[in-house]
Amino acid sequence: MNNIIQYFKEIIQGIGSLLKGMSVTNRYFFSPGKIVTQKYPDNRKDLVMFERFKGEVVMPHNEKNEHKCTGCGICEINCPNGSIEVISKTIMTEDGKKKRAIDKHIYRLSMCTFCALCVKTCPSNALAFSQEFEHAVFNRALLIKILNKPGSQLMKGVE
Amino acid sequence: MLFTTVSNALSTLSEPWWKVFYDFSSLTKSIDEGLRNSMPSFWAVTLEMLIIGVLFLLFYAAIGLFLVYWERKVCAFIQNRLGPNRIGPYGVFQTIADLVKLLFKELIPIKNADSFLFNLAPYIVIIVNFMVLGAIPFAKGLHAIDFNIGIFYVIAVSSMSVVGVLLAGWSSNSKYSLIGAMRSGAQIVSYELSIGLSIITIVILAGSMQLSEIVESQRTGWFIFKGHIPALIAFVIYIIAGTAETNRGPFDMAEAESELTAGYHTEYSGIKFAFFYLAEYINMFIVASIASTLFLGGWMPFHVGNWEGFNHIMDFIPPFFWFLGKTFFVIYLIMLFKWTFPRLRIDQLLTLEWKYLLPINLVNVLIMAFIVLMGWHF
Repeated sequence: MNNIIQYFKEIIQGIGSLLKGMSVTNRYFFSPGKIVTQKYPDNRKDLVMFERFKGEVVMPHNEKNEHKCTGCGICEINCPNGSIEVISKTIMTEDGKKKRAIDKHIYRLSMCTFCALCVKTCPSNALAFSQEFEHAVFNRALLIKILNKPGSQLMKGVE
Repeated sequence: MLFTTVSNALSTLSEPWWKVFYDFSSLTKSIDEGLRNSMPSFWAVTLEMLIIGVLFLLFYAAIGLFLVYWERKVCAFIQNRLGPNRIGPYGVFQTIADLVKLLFKELIPIKNADSFLFNLAPYIVIIVNFMVLGAIPFAKGLHAIDFNIGIFYVIAVSSMSVVGVLLAGWSSNSKYSLIGAMRSGAQIVSYELSIGLSIITIVILAGSMQLSEIVESQRTGWFIFKGHIPALIAFVIYIIAGTAETNRGPFDMAEAESELTAGYHTEYSGIKFAFFYLAEYINMFIVASIASTLFLGGWMPFHVGNWEGFNHIMDFIPPFFWFLGKTFFVIYLIMLFKWTFPRLRIDQLLTLEWKYLLPINLVNVLIMAFIVLMGWHF
């Protein structure tokens, strides 16, 4: 007897849960909430990417053309596919000391997997991700980028 | 010549021309008479068959293309997307572009495949579709062939499409195709039972198997209202079993993408694949149109008891649009199943059929017979 009650109970509960699911999808069909589709080439002007989107690695510079990269090379060591190469040079500071600074911070976009290990491990937060995603170029050499701008210097107070 | 015959037939009609949309029988009759007067009866019949064949071919393509577009739109709206929106306004020409692409694609011959059966399989599926479409009453007088055992013929013929599926799976010489075809065979054979029994429930209520008569006897009320509880149960079971029979929705193990790539049509390409794809959607249309004919009154307008004014307004809509409206309502339900429910496992599928649908269905037939015997229906 219990089995029979269980049988019908299961049927009624099953139909109830199915109807619940169908009512949700039916509601979405007639009044869809926020449409997630981006009509990309049309809305190119006002398309805003998300903060967390990993477009490409950049080195933020402030308005005095200063960056935070000390040239320690931790990003180069951490990069799993060798897409970062830091070429450093030695400069003389004002008080006559020898100091290491970067000459070129080379970033090969074509080899990058966007794992973010360089950004996470940088001790002075010199690297960041930009939201740029239109990377297509006609020449492969254009994908090799030098992240520090010409004539840039290390920010004051960053060791 | 054909054009002059049709225009003559139209001009000899006693009523105004727009009356044709409410009752096609006088138009078809006068076209038939016109053809028979101008040529021997053998050629007249041949020409009529040709005209009907061409009409069905056009209807087949139009409905198939529209249903593919509609499915993509429904699925997109349910998932908060836009769906096809590039080609034409709201992407209405998307499926036509897809069809042109498929027509241009290469037909890849499969090594060690049984090429005769491989090429035959899509045509079997298509032929079965056409044979069923011929028996469906689209509107009053718009009915290619009206057997006195119409619904029996529909069940018998529609279950033959499994032959095409099995042939496709067997001849492809691919394990995915074979497993897909075997699953589809098991599924169709077991769900055929539920479809048959739920149709028998309605046949008991209607007292006839002739589709035109079934529709005619719903003039006073659709069967889903007339037969109240057992008809409602039969409708639900029919929709579930029909979804399973078309290999769609939560029952699409025959082409479960995650396990079998594309099931029985994995190895097909180009227009042969397009045939399978179209046949799937036309199968859905057939299941929905049978459901609307048996349960929702076919092309009969919606009437409420004594509301003369309301009934008159409902009569104003041509029967053909009533039929299409009901059919698309059922198609929408079937699409909602597909985009709501997760796929069943093969054992869950067979449990649903043999432990739940079949016993309920048998009891339901008994209840319906009892209700008809006691005259408790409306």
